[in-house]
Amino acid sequence: MTTLDMQDISIEFPGVKALQHVDFSMKSGEIRALIGANGAGKSTLMKVLSGAYTHYTGQVFLDGQLLDIQSPRDAKKYGIDIVYQEVDTALIPYLDVAENIMLDEMVNEMSGKALVSWKNLHKKAGETLARLNVNIDTRKRVNQLSLAEKQLVLIARAIVHERKFLILDEPTAPLSNRETAELFRIVRELSVNQGLGIIFISHRLPELFEICETISIMKDGKMITTETVSDLTQKKVIELMLGKSFNEEHQKHQVPIGNTYLKIDNLTDEAQFLKNVSLEVREHDIVGIAGLVGAGKTELCKAIFGENPLQSGTIYLKDKQVRNQSPTHAVKNGFALVPEERRKEGVLVDEPVYANLTAASLRKFTLPFSVLKPERERERARKIIASLGIKTPSENQKVALLSGGNQQKVAVGKWLLTDAEILIFDEPTKGVDVGAKGDIFDLITSLAEEGKGIIYASSELNEILNITDRIYVMYDGKIVKELKTQNTNEEEILFYSTGGR
Amino acid sequence: MEERAMKMDSPLKKESPWQKPLTFINNWGTVIAIIALIVFFALAVPQFMTSSNIINIMRSISIVTIIAIGLTVSLTVNGFDLSIGSTATLANSLVVSFFVWYSLPTGVSIALALLLALGVALFNAFLIVKIKIPDLFATLATMFIIEGVAMTYTGGGSISVGMPRLDGTPTTGTIPAVFSLLSQTPYIIILMLIVVASVYFFLKHTKHGRYLYMIGGNIEASRLSGIPVNRYRTLAYIISALLAALGGVVLASQIGSAQINAGGGYLMPAVAAAFIGSSFAGQGKPNAIGTLVGATLIGVLENGLVMMSVPYYSLNIIKGAVLALALASTYYTRRKN
Repeated sequence: MTTLDMQDISIEFPGVKALQHVDFSMKSGEIRALIGANGAGKSTLMKVLSGAYTHYTGQVFLDGQLLDIQSPRDAKKYGIDIVYQEVDTALIPYLDVAENIMLDEMVNEMSGKALVSWKNLHKKAGETLARLNVNIDTRKRVNQLSLAEKQLVLIARAIVHERKFLILDEPTAPLSNRETAELFRIVRELSVNQGLGIIFISHRLPELFEICETISIMKDGKMITTETVSDLTQKKVIELMLGKSFNEEHQKHQVPIGNTYLKIDNLTDEAQFLKNVSLEVREHDIVGIAGLVGAGKTELCKAIFGENPLQSGTIYLKDKQVRNQSPTHAVKNGFALVPEERRKEGVLVDEPVYANLTAASLRKFTLPFSVLKPERERERARKIIASLGIKTPSENQKVALLSGGNQQKVAVGKWLLTDAEILIFDEPTKGVDVGAKGDIFDLITSLAEEGKGIIYASSELNEILNITDRIYVMYDGKIVKELKTQNTNEEEILFYSTGGR
Repeated sequence: MEERAMKMDSPLKKESPWQKPLTFINNWGTVIAIIALIVFFALAVPQFMTSSNIINIMRSISIVTIIAIGLTVSLTVNGFDLSIGSTATLANSLVVSFFVWYSLPTGVSIALALLLALGVALFNAFLIVKIKIPDLFATLATMFIIEGVAMTYTGGGSISVGMPRLDGTPTTGTIPAVFSLLSQTPYIIILMLIVVASVYFFLKHTKHGRYLYMIGGNIEASRLSGIPVNRYRTLAYIISALLAALGGVVLASQIGSAQINAGGGYLMPAVAAAFIGSSFAGQGKPNAIGTLVGATLIGVLENGLVMMSVPYYSLNIIKGAVLALALASTYYTRRKN
């Protein structure tokens, strides 16, 4: 049996103390869960262990011997490897399974050799897969595999050489229930029969209780506790993740909630990511969509806005059915979306501020034959800049040169010039500084007071609690719970977001 | 906090002392190059500055400019249309065949040739927008297909007045005098200037032009702003093919016949003109006036070198080098940003 001991690990990034004096220890043969809210430091800790970050302070011991980990290659040498969540970035799609499994070996251990022995390669890859007890043809090309199979190929790559500790970073996020069960079988096989220590990072609490023996909980860059699963409940874990109960004053103005404005009935998207989602937005209503990363919030926003095609389901605006076959239709029907990926999807960074603000309403600024009236555009843009407090030298400034918060205000501002009735915000405060965040909150609140319907999707629970009237909690593409904001708290939302029922 | 963010993103970062002159050269390099070349050729070759030679240059760049302006429009949506040369060839063959084989009137022949070129555009748009083949590969395929179509239609590539058809049928049609006028000065120059001016106005001063540039800048953000992205991309390929076909029609008027792959030679100069034009006046994006300036640079260079008795078969070396320089200026600034 091998003992892993990380002592007093600290690491800093510009402006952030990502880890502060973290201790973490475990034995081989154990399955350990590592959990924490977004930004708690779990991935950072594991990147230190696997050699991706080297500017940390503190020591890592293996069986009492001090390790010097300067690169992922060093970590592998000591028998520690990590399987990341994004399988497609780690695999080479047009090579076959054996080549992908043996990739490290072909890259690192072929110096001096020029010829590849295909027979040995396939034999060794086959043996590795046999150790996992899975049956994948080693001559199949990786781009013909399912997502779950790709993940197994990555795990196989990690264990070609003898490993003592294997880190799995959110391995179940993209998997179906059946595939998850298969993965669990393999994890148990590795730990029980082959004596590997498995560190399992996941947000899905029910899963962790099923597979893990012990749970380490992190919060704000610190290790809170490590306890055995039998001593814990899901509720208790959530309390520990959040620290003390969090009760912030509700700042929202009380406005009478009106009639049903937007009704979404049994929405399923073509990719089958969303499953029978139904929700309602009323006049003056701010509806929150809560859920963890990957729960389907962005997919829902894009499906309503016509960017992701629907398989079934209907959308009613004021009791009239609307079909948002594309964003163009959605904008015509009175919808607006402030997307999550601001620089990629929200603003045109190479265009000036005024052209960004008028992008969605350009036909209001034209003479006959679509000839533009740039003076009109600039004038309206200046008004928006003033009313939203966008910090820019002039309306002619390129958006690329604004700060994140001001770019976001531009992304929101463009919809104020349209006749949008339903505004959808997807993580609108991501990468936005505190001041601009407050401005954006005020703006959203006043839009609701004017009578617009607002959908606010975010994984930041305190924001959702601050600004919304009602909350729909998503888990695994489904809406699992509807809550009244006044009567709920972070614990309850997190309980449902992590699959509790 | 906010102040700090502003400062960090402020455009007034530390600039190296070379920054300003470099930017100036980048923005105005084309114009400087043209002036320098004119001065150089004027000193080296006395006949260069005669009015007849200047008109000669203007006429010689007309066809390239018309085709390059079409390419400029496709470049605004980040689409590279390689099939413009073949489209010009096709239009050349079509319009000559309408005269020689079918004796159709001038207006009908031109209109019909342009209309059929629209088919090329729709085929390109289908491959790129619907099937989602990258633009370069899709139009490379179209380039070959259309070249083949033009050759097959004409039965080998050439048609001229009095030449019997492939099956031996004698032809009676002639090229109308009015059609030949199209490639005479001043009409050809006027036509070029009209094309440049209308595309300039379209791109710079209409909603459609704004949309095209936005799509070229960020297709995702444009789509999510409600711009019908696919419709506008299709439009860009339509304009590109139509202007390429117009170039082919003017070419037909100039040479009075249909020749094997007659338009193919215009692809590279057009690409060069459009890319040289992108950096003109610091616009940093494809634009009509810049393309005209780019075509002028190439025209002046070609004319002057021929007058200095550089053999025509060596000119491509220089034209290629100018294209490389233009691309260097476009991509070098882009990388820094």
